[in-house]
Amino acid sequence: MIESLINSDNAELTQSTKKGAPVVLSTRVRLARNIVGTPFPERANSSQRSDVMTRCAEQIADLTQMKHGVFYDIAELSDLEKQVLVERHLISRELCESKSGSGVFINKDQTCSVMINEEDHLRIQFLKSGFSLRSVWKQIDRFDTGLEDGLDVAFSQEFGYLTACPTNLGTAMRASVMLHLPGLVISEHMEKVIRAVNQLGITVRGLFGEGSDATGHVFQISNQQTLGESEQEIMSRLGSVFKTIIDHEINARFKYLEENRARLLDQIGRAFGVLQNAHVLNSNEAMNLLSLMRLAVDFEMLPEANRSDVDRLFIECQPGHIQYSAGEGIEPEARDLCRADILRENFARLPSLDFDKVKDLG
Amino acid sequence: MAENLKCSHCNNPATVHLTQIVNNKIIKVDLCESCAQAKGVTDPEGFSLADLLSKTNLTPEKGEPQITCPDCGLSSADFRRTGRLGCAACYQSFVPLLRPVLEDMHAGVVHKGKVPEIAFSRQSSEAELQTLENALQRAIEEEAYEDAAKYRDQIHAIKQAAEAEAVES
Repeated sequence: MIESLINSDNAELTQSTKKGAPVVLSTRVRLARNIVGTPFPERANSSQRSDVMTRCAEQIADLTQMKHGVFYDIAELSDLEKQVLVERHLISRELCESKSGSGVFINKDQTCSVMINEEDHLRIQFLKSGFSLRSVWKQIDRFDTGLEDGLDVAFSQEFGYLTACPTNLGTAMRASVMLHLPGLVISEHMEKVIRAVNQLGITVRGLFGEGSDATGHVFQISNQQTLGESEQEIMSRLGSVFKTIIDHEINARFKYLEENRARLLDQIGRAFGVLQNAHVLNSNEAMNLLSLMRLAVDFEMLPEANRSDVDRLFIECQPGHIQYSAGEGIEPEARDLCRADILRENFARLPSLDFDKVKDLG
Repeated sequence: MAENLKCSHCNNPATVHLTQIVNNKIIKVDLCESCAQAKGVTDPEGFSLADLLSKTNLTPEKGEPQITCPDCGLSSADFRRTGRLGCAACYQSFVPLLRPVLEDMHAGVVHKGKVPEIAFSRQSSEAELQTLENALQRAIEEEAYEDAAKYRDQIHAIKQAAEAEAVES
């Protein structure tokens, strides 16, 4: 069902060539909305759920931002297809588990997805590669206002947008960035950073500590609180925190390069060698190697033009994507062979690492 | 990994160690691979200890009022168990339980952000109309015709204003 989406040559996260940036992988904003007069999805019966679906679908189809988009009924997707959509950040795990009458609208370039009957009636998400909180907000705000033209959204003057979980009350907005933070992880500063930002009501999601190497050094950082501050206040607080983290990350990288140049270049060089020659690669190892390749682009050891290849492979090497491209039902071991094949093919096309570039840095 | 930690759920050897800082407290959880998967911990998108913690905030206190939402039937026990509300009307019914929870959870307890102007004004004028129509009905039943005339005029005015607005837009 989802071939057109996978094979699209216009998807923001996997095909965006223009806007890659060091440290920041992508920016996302999501809004939760509910319709008055119908219980939240968890307490709604199946006819109420399908009624919500119909009403939302009518309204969403009218919006220009959804033109040429697709709709998937969750009940009609296979587990593997759902996993692929999760890996692309287009749907949540919660939606995969949901009862009948749940679905998702995805726009043409996969920057916008609207989940219906997840935890709330509507979960609207806009994402963009790179760091662009304001422009993502502008887009989602316009989309949301367009929806409200035709839907009676549950809202109270005291509590703002009413959501199934009180943790989302108020703006019902979660703004987040995906940050690639190898410098802070390697220099063991990540825990300190998390402690500091948390005092500002900001959450870092993901595994770290001893297992951190397994995640490709990618962290999702977002606001925890949604009530008592306006969207603008939340975003400006987040924006300054993100900028501080990015500064710290860059400092950590240069400090590490200065103090451990040979070791860092060795790690990057070996990673490149493995990606060009390995025949068996599991997901964790691939993420770590790709993380080092992203660092190599940041250090200009690989051309900037290849950043998008690395970012695309981050997603295409996830288990669901590998399995999808190999055809359903392959064993995890065979998956590791496929993953290595794909990476070998891609890295054979890349120019060799330019170690001289790093001489002038640090 | 010098220590041999056990999964906090099933006592298998823990391989996933999660640390998050929530409300300035460091919280560590050790899980085995399968429990971590089951709880969605390995999904950096969907898991936050804060979500778990906010539910522990919801443990019942003695002597607290038993509330049931007249619209969807959610009880205070349901709310304590799941941490979720059942419908928009629950936010009126559960205010006494919610206030203290919200204070801990958020930066403030009053909304300061976007207001869905169009939907909200449509809803408020509908609600106002409903109230006036009920009042009119009551006045007629009670044969309070002066009041009834007053309500009728008010209803008429609101409907006209809404029509004028519709024509404009």
